[in-house]
This record gives sequence, C-alpha cells and structure tokens, in this order.
Amino acid sequence: MRVVLAEDLALLRDGLTRLLEAFDFEVVEAVDNGPDLLPALIKHRPDVAVVDVRLPPTFTDEGLQAAIAARTEVPGLPVLVLSQHVEPLYARELLSDRNGGVGYLLKDRISNVAQFVDAVRRVADGGTAMDPEVVSQLLARREPLAVLTAREREVLGEMAEGRSNAAIAAKLFVTEKAVSKHINNIFTKLGMPPSDDDNRRVLAVLTYLNG
Amino acid sequence: METRSWLRDGLRAVAGGVFAVGLAITNLPLLVVSVIALALTPVPFLGLALLPWVTTLVRKRADLERRLATRAGIAIARPYHPPPERALPGGWKRFRWIATDPATWRDLAWLVPGAIVGFGLGLIAVAIPLYGLEGISLLPLWLYLSVDWYGYGVFWPIESFGEAMLAMPQGVFFLGIGLSAAPWLLEVNAMFAKLFLAPTKAAELRLRVAQLTVTRADTVDAQAAELRRIERDLHDGAQARLVSLGMTIGLAEEMIERNPAAARKLLAEAREASGTALLELRNLVRGIHPPVLAERGLDGAVRALALSLPLPVKVEMELPGRPETPVESAAYFATAEALANVVRHSGAKTAAVAIRYADGRLSTVVLDDGVGGANPTRGTGLRGIERRLAAFDGTMTLYSPQGGPTVVTMELPCVLSSPKTSPSSGMA
Repeated sequence: MRVVLAEDLALLRDGLTRLLEAFDFEVVEAVDNGPDLLPALIKHRPDVAVVDVRLPPTFTDEGLQAAIAARTEVPGLPVLVLSQHVEPLYARELLSDRNGGVGYLLKDRISNVAQFVDAVRRVADGGTAMDPEVVSQLLARREPLAVLTAREREVLGEMAEGRSNAAIAAKLFVTEKAVSKHINNIFTKLGMPPSDDDNRRVLAVLTYLNG
Repeated sequence: METRSWLRDGLRAVAGGVFAVGLAITNLPLLVVSVIALALTPVPFLGLALLPWVTTLVRKRADLERRLATRAGIAIARPYHPPPERALPGGWKRFRWIATDPATWRDLAWLVPGAIVGFGLGLIAVAIPLYGLEGISLLPLWLYLSVDWYGYGVFWPIESFGEAMLAMPQGVFFLGIGLSAAPWLLEVNAMFAKLFLAPTKAAELRLRVAQLTVTRADTVDAQAAELRRIERDLHDGAQARLVSLGMTIGLAEEMIERNPAAARKLLAEAREASGTALLELRNLVRGIHPPVLAERGLDGAVRALALSLPLPVKVEMELPGRPETPVESAAYFATAEALANVVRHSGAKTAAVAIRYADGRLSTVVLDDGVGGANPTRGTGLRGIERRLAAFDGTMTLYSPQGGPTVVTMELPCVLSSPKTSPSSGMA
C-alpha cells in the first residue's frame, strides 16, 4: 500500500516511515511542510495519506486544510489526520463530505503500534477511525443519548470510533448477534435509518453526534 | 412604543426640572458656608477642620449633579484626588489634600453659575408643560368668563368664546413642545455642569494612571499565580511521570536478559505512562493557550468550545480579522469562563455567544435562559473575567435578574490584523 506522509518533526517523520514500512506500507513521499502536501497528494494519489494537522509555515492547521482540499480534488482520498490534540470541530470538517476513508487520531495512539496500523488499514479501505477522545467528547454532550442503556452507549462509542460488528463483539466479549441487536436498538431509539454497511453506519453515527 | 418612550422621557425630564430648580437653590447656602470656611481658614484648629468639612458637603452636591448629568446622557467622571493615607480629621495633611486639588476650586466656581443655569433651565422645563396643561384644562375659558383681561397663547387678551376654546389645542401644542424640550434642556444643563465638574486633562490623566496602577498590579498577580500553577502542574504531573518512565525503562533494560516476559510487561507499563504524561501535557497546554485558538483564532476556538459543552450553544461571529494574540486569548478565556458559569450555575437549557467587532471594540455577549441572579461579588468566576479584561482596558457588564435570563457583555478595545480568509467555511 502506498502512503504519503506529512510530518514536520524529523524524528517523528522517520519513525513513522520506519513503522509503516515495517508493516509493508510503501512511503512514496514524506513532506515536512504544508505547501508541499497538496501537490504530493494529487501527484501520487496514495492509497492513504497520514497527515499531521500542524505544519510549517504557519503551524496552524494547514495539514487539515490540505487534506480537505485534496479530498475535493480526489474524492474519497483516504486521509488519516494526526494531532497533538483532538477537536470535535475538526472531526466535523473532515467528515463533512460523508465520503468515508477518514481518520482522526491523537499522536499518542501511534505508540500502540498494532492498533495504529489497524487504523491506517481501515482508513485506506474507506473506513473510519475516530479517536476515542473525540468520540467520548461527542458522547458526553449529547443529551438525547440519555435514552440509551449503558451497554448501548458503549456499543455506540465503539461504533463511532470505526469498529466493525466483529471487532466490537470481540472487544466487549459478546456475540456478534448481540452487537447487531444493540445497534438496531440504538438506531431505532435515535431515529436513524438502519444500514448494513459498516462504514455508512459509522458516518451516520458521527454525523448524528456532531449535531 | 415610540410615543410611550417619548412620553416617559418627557415626564421624567420635567420631574428632573423640578429637581434641578430645588437643587439650584441649595447651591446658595453651600456658597455661603464655603466663603465663611475660607474666611476662617487662618483661625487655629477651626480653620483647618472647617474647609475639608464644607468641601465634603460641596462634593456631595457636585456628585449628585454628576449623577443627574450621567442620567441625562452626559457622563461626568469624578475628578478628585484620592484621600491621603493616615490623614487625621482636622489635620494639615487633610487640609492640604483639599486645598491643592483644583477640583475643589472648580466646584466652588460652579456653585453660582450652576445654580443660575440649573434654576433657569429647570424652570423652563417645568413651565412650558404646565402652561400647556393650563390650556388643555380650559382654565383660560373660565377666566375669560369671569375676568375679561385674561389671554392664552396667541390670543391676548381673549376676545371671544371661540378664542377661549382654542386654548385647548394650543395647550396640547405647548405640552408637546414642553415634553420634547425638557430632556434637551436637562442635557444642556448637564453640558454646562460638565464644563466645571468634569476632570481637567491633568486630572483625567491622573485618574487613568491610578486605574492603570491597579490593573497592572492585578495583571502581575494573576500572571504570577498562573505561572506558579503551571510550574506545579508540570512538576507534579508530566515531570514526575517522565521520571518514573525512565525508571521503568531502566528496570526493563536490566531484566530483558534474565526475564524477558517481565521486561515486556514493564515496557507496556512504560508506554502507558508516556500516554498519561502526554494527556496531562495536553490538558495543561489547553489551559495556557488552547491549540485550536492558535490554529483557528477566536472564531474556531469559541465554536470548538461551544461543541464541547453539554448544552446547545449558538455561536454568532462578525470578525473581519484577528485581534492581537494576548487580546484574543483574554477574550477567549473570558468567554470560556462565562460559558463555564452558564454550565455550573444557571441551569440553562440553551445559551448563545455573539462576538462582534465595531468601532475599535471587540464585544462579546454571552446569554443563557437559566435562573439568573448571578452576582459578581459572590463567585470568583465573574471577578476573574473582570480582571482578565481590565488588563486590556476591557469591561464586563452583567445583567442577571432573579429568574433570568443572564446576559454577560464583555468589551475589549483592540485593533484587528488584516483579514485572514477564514478556513472554517461555514461548517459549524
């Protein structure tokens, strides 16, 4: 799988490159600033882009801006955005084209290598990977969620992070059937149209949570 | 509504006119005692005590005039020097404080002209509406019927029954003129008072220096406290975690040959500790300068803040550019504190934030539909907002009747940098 990487700190850039290559990704280009990112993304059209939010020259959110711009040029271009902090506001912007293939994770998550690589693969496959902290912030503020049971909220949280039914079942030590029953309940209670497609479902949930 | 407020303003101003006439008369005894006090100054003991005492009375009168002027729309600040410390009543220090303050003499100079103008204008403000009432009540008609020399308005004397009847529409006209003119007359009176009672340029500068001294001290205090908090947080948090992280890794290094399984467990622990350290650093950074504020400015930061609150918050922004970073930060934290108060105390169902920039002022309004009754003297939150804003000459006003709603208005004078194309293209 071909990856374009954007990270300004040399140490992290090399580390990420090494880590991704160890798991059979091919890093076709690693840029260290914002202006170079968009051309690189359009030129290589990678299977997935791993992008730091804050890049030179302004050190604000040019990584995010470039990612969003690239996705208008190349619809559905899978982008995994990394950041030192997470904001539901940015998640909303990333998700706004409802196209999937989006990830938004804290940089800390890289330290759990297996989960991080899993997230990169999921995003490359058109799935979603939302940081648990974004999800918990979203879950915390939505009052209508009070109608859900504790277990349903748990399932909703896992689902919003981008996990499949099987993964949720494994994590919560229940059967897949139980998970899909919970999910049906959630969708009914929140008045959302049911959907079998994992990814559409996640987007629906995130859109709902993002208000 | 329009007529009602006109009527209310007019009636209030007429009442103010009555008041002005009464107050003008009190100026004369004040002048007399002032002259006596000045004349008696050389008398030992009595002289030194008398002038300050009389001046206090004069200042009370002048303060009342300033308050009335402010109510009439002409704001007049208090110009006096602050009292000296440890000054005994009747002492030399106190006497000198009074005698060297130019405002003392300006007050005295105002007493006579102020009385004349206040009396005259107050009288006119009352007389015209009264004359109008006379016409409306058809008093001229009865007077015409009983004495033949009476007149009203344009008919003088009244020569027929018809002319006497015409007193009524004329009365309405006079009453209207009187009610319209009364607020304006009071304003003129206030403007005249301002000539004498407002601070001179020098006094204004002195007041400004005094205010800056206070706000600077507050700012320095707040800054020092903030630095102490950051130092403590770093020391107890991330720093301690990094120390333990180093220890855990060192231990794993030792054990890796002899007991690889235990070493692996230690390394997993180390990774977890690094995650916790990062979390703590993140929270700390958010409290110093939120990343989203650096990245998106006030607009994005307040929207992000609104998203993170447990109640729906409507955000409206009209910001053609970005303020200086310190001002931006102050505005952000003041807004955050105001919203935190909404969540903590108001019990509101919805809240709204409106941020606007106009006439060199950044104004932020935070309102909620909660229980109201907020009191800045009780909690530290609203005080903190005031202090934060005061460092930049900003102000906070609070409107919070029992039963709500609560409206916090914060204003910061500032300039905006050149407009930056906003990256958040209407997605919030």
